[in-house]
Amino acid sequence: MKEFKINGRKVQAEKGETVLEVARREGFDIPTLCYHEKLGSDGRCRLCIVEVQRGNRRRFVTSCLYPVENGIDVYTDSKDVILIRKTILELLLARCPSSDIVQHLASEYGVHDVRYTKDVDKGKCILCGQCIRTCESIVGVSALCMSGKGPAKKVTTPFDEPSEVCIGCGACAVVCPTGHIYIEDRGGYRTIWRKKFELARCPQCNRLHAPIEQLEFISKKTGVDIDELLICQNCK
Amino acid sequence: MNISLEQLDSITARYTEKMAGYGKVVRICCGTGCVSSGALNVYEGLKKALIEKGLSDSVLVKQTGCHGLCERGPIVVLGEEEILYQSVGKRNIEDDISALLNTITDDTIVERMLYQGEDKTKRYISPKDIPFYAGQNRIVLSLNGIIDAEDIEEYISQGGYRALYKALLMEPEEIIDWIEKSGLRGRGGGGFPTGTKWRSCRAAHGDVKYVVANGDEGDPGAFMDRSLMEGNPHGVIEGMIIGGYAIGSNQGFIYVRDEYPLAVSRLLKAIEGAKEYGLLGKNIFDSGFDFDIKVFRGGGAFVCGESTALMSSIEGKSGEPRAKYIHTVEKGIWERPTNLNNVETWACVPHIINKGWEWFASIGTSHSKGTKVFSLVGKVKNTGLIEVPMGITLREIIYDLGGGIQGDKQFKAVQTGGPSGGCIPEAYLEMPVDFDSLTKLGSMMGSGGMIVMDERNCMVDVARYFLKFLVEESCGKCTPCREGVRRMYEIVDRICHGEGKKGDIQHLEELAHAVSLSSLCGLGQSAPNPVLSTIKYFRDEYTLHIEEKKCPAGVCKALIRFSILPDKCTGCMRCKAECPVQCIKGEKKEVHEIDSDRCIKCGTCYDVCRFDAVIIE
Repeated sequence: MKEFKINGRKVQAEKGETVLEVARREGFDIPTLCYHEKLGSDGRCRLCIVEVQRGNRRRFVTSCLYPVENGIDVYTDSKDVILIRKTILELLLARCPSSDIVQHLASEYGVHDVRYTKDVDKGKCILCGQCIRTCESIVGVSALCMSGKGPAKKVTTPFDEPSEVCIGCGACAVVCPTGHIYIEDRGGYRTIWRKKFELARCPQCNRLHAPIEQLEFISKKTGVDIDELLICQNCK
Repeated sequence: MNISLEQLDSITARYTEKMAGYGKVVRICCGTGCVSSGALNVYEGLKKALIEKGLSDSVLVKQTGCHGLCERGPIVVLGEEEILYQSVGKRNIEDDISALLNTITDDTIVERMLYQGEDKTKRYISPKDIPFYAGQNRIVLSLNGIIDAEDIEEYISQGGYRALYKALLMEPEEIIDWIEKSGLRGRGGGGFPTGTKWRSCRAAHGDVKYVVANGDEGDPGAFMDRSLMEGNPHGVIEGMIIGGYAIGSNQGFIYVRDEYPLAVSRLLKAIEGAKEYGLLGKNIFDSGFDFDIKVFRGGGAFVCGESTALMSSIEGKSGEPRAKYIHTVEKGIWERPTNLNNVETWACVPHIINKGWEWFASIGTSHSKGTKVFSLVGKVKNTGLIEVPMGITLREIIYDLGGGIQGDKQFKAVQTGGPSGGCIPEAYLEMPVDFDSLTKLGSMMGSGGMIVMDERNCMVDVARYFLKFLVEESCGKCTPCREGVRRMYEIVDRICHGEGKKGDIQHLEELAHAVSLSSLCGLGQSAPNPVLSTIKYFRDEYTLHIEEKKCPAGVCKALIRFSILPDKCTGCMRCKAECPVQCIKGEKKEVHEIDSDRCIKCGTCYDVCRFDAVIIE
């Protein structure tokens, strides 16, 4: 058991928990964009930064990764923490002006306009990496990656080509916090990441429900017969 | 084969005897700078000439690592008396080779090839008299310029691998004590105490531990690590083996950028040699200690010099840094305890073991011990590679070793610490250089880049240059560095184009503050330094750009106009002849005039005018 303070209030936590987990449980508001409770975090968006004092040393850490320690003082809304959040939100709003979630968070922090030229080529992608982590650790295919560096960094399939391993499950689009990932089901086909997938038709209700490649992948992984998987969730 | 101390000594004796058989040894600097000035032609030419004269058996010509005085390369040093010839082969290679032959055969000293002092009155024969060398204390570079880096027997004959022998007879903890008491701090930039790091890594849980040498030098204008790896790779390797033994690791990695092909090949050859002589591999010196080293080539991303990004890269992942809340000495490569040091740090280790921690701790300042290698570049007369004791002043480096500012112009600032270091103004020239003093001034030691700037450098433009580099080299993982640094660049670029607005300076300061507090790794945290340090020391220059649309250094093209003062112009035609776009008119002995519409503002006329007739408005 660890004991420490958040904004002056004593809190308790289990060893191995992060400051963010404890703070949220205790009702402290810390915004995040790249953190997901099932996927964890790798500290990309930096919105969850808090100020931590340990002995005489004060520093700024990402609460999503910082493990709790005895005797630390955590400040979630110090002057510099607020400056950092406002700065990051203004920068993200300049990058993704059409993202609802970024607009919403920014206005919550009083950032209504940006002092920079707005980007027109980044869509709504804030490079949080949740899609990549989902594809790798939940779906288990690793069809997505980051390519490039600096401002040119982007999420894509290797070499920007239709991925051989993508099964068209759309989990990346579901997890994307900004709705950047484009997925379209039309005319019996699903299009995602430049690849077209034929959708399976349920033999009982005749409904198009999932890409055949996805069902084949599940069949191979689980040993369940493909004919069984072709029947949609509603008819099972 | 298990090598013994006796075998090292017999290699040394055999080698000394072999050397005694030569009437003369000629050392040609084949470091990066000298090779680009034609050192290899001098080497080939001299070898050929010696064969023709029948002297090839009695004179040994060898290629060595960087001697440091790159400005005057190619450098050739002859014989035990160490006659140093500079700029050999630059004017006329045949003449210079026959001059070398004269010195070899009858010890004639060729005056014109000797180094000449700044006052042009004195010529120096030996490097130890030349101020550039006299002010140095070459420890890690002591064998650079002496040995052929590709011959392990040369390293052994100069005392090489004796520190390893000595260390393997010590207890690992005792070695760590020595390193700790020596006061050695990380040479890669952070300045973290090396002994403390080793102790933490030794104490970390895990059967398998790794030691890593960081040779991913990427700062513009820096070539310290490169020269070390090319000039004396065994020094780095010996340090790593000692470190591996002290920490309890049997596997080392050297991470070198692939843009350093010579460093890669020299390291590979050195590792191969060390294995052949039993200095790497199983049961080294019959101690029961095994150690192996693999060379890992980096793809050239600047961020891979950051320790966690480097480790990701070794793991085969993309070179992105990660949070260090759990230290890499506990969980580094493949989550195993990993001790990473810069190549220069590793190269200090054998010297500390050989000469004792007391000796090392006696050099330097109270909190920064030993020496530091700097690459001294920019507007200084003697550009090159120097190794100086910590605590030397900036003035000594720039004026005594560096010989002052090119063209005797006015010194303006020195930029230390690589792209994310800071610019230090004249007021601090007397400051002793060490880790803490540079940080206090808003700059940093970094890995040892030192770029000297004069009155013709615009500090806003300098900030813009480094920001551009950092925008391109940000890995893009975290928001503040990826988005914040490019927005800082946009603002500074706007100011350079005469589009600065009131409030820009405050905006820059605020953005820089937030970026440095919130970025994930050292690159982003220090990326605002070029902006913050130039605003701190040269705020007036920013204000002039923004409010009066003027660039006092005459660099920002949108803000300047070149013209000729009629009362000073003598009509010498020099500017007219040098102008690359022929936009200057005027006959001989008549006042010249610049056609502003066609002028590209390159500044050539300003630089070549001997009568201060060209002015920048």
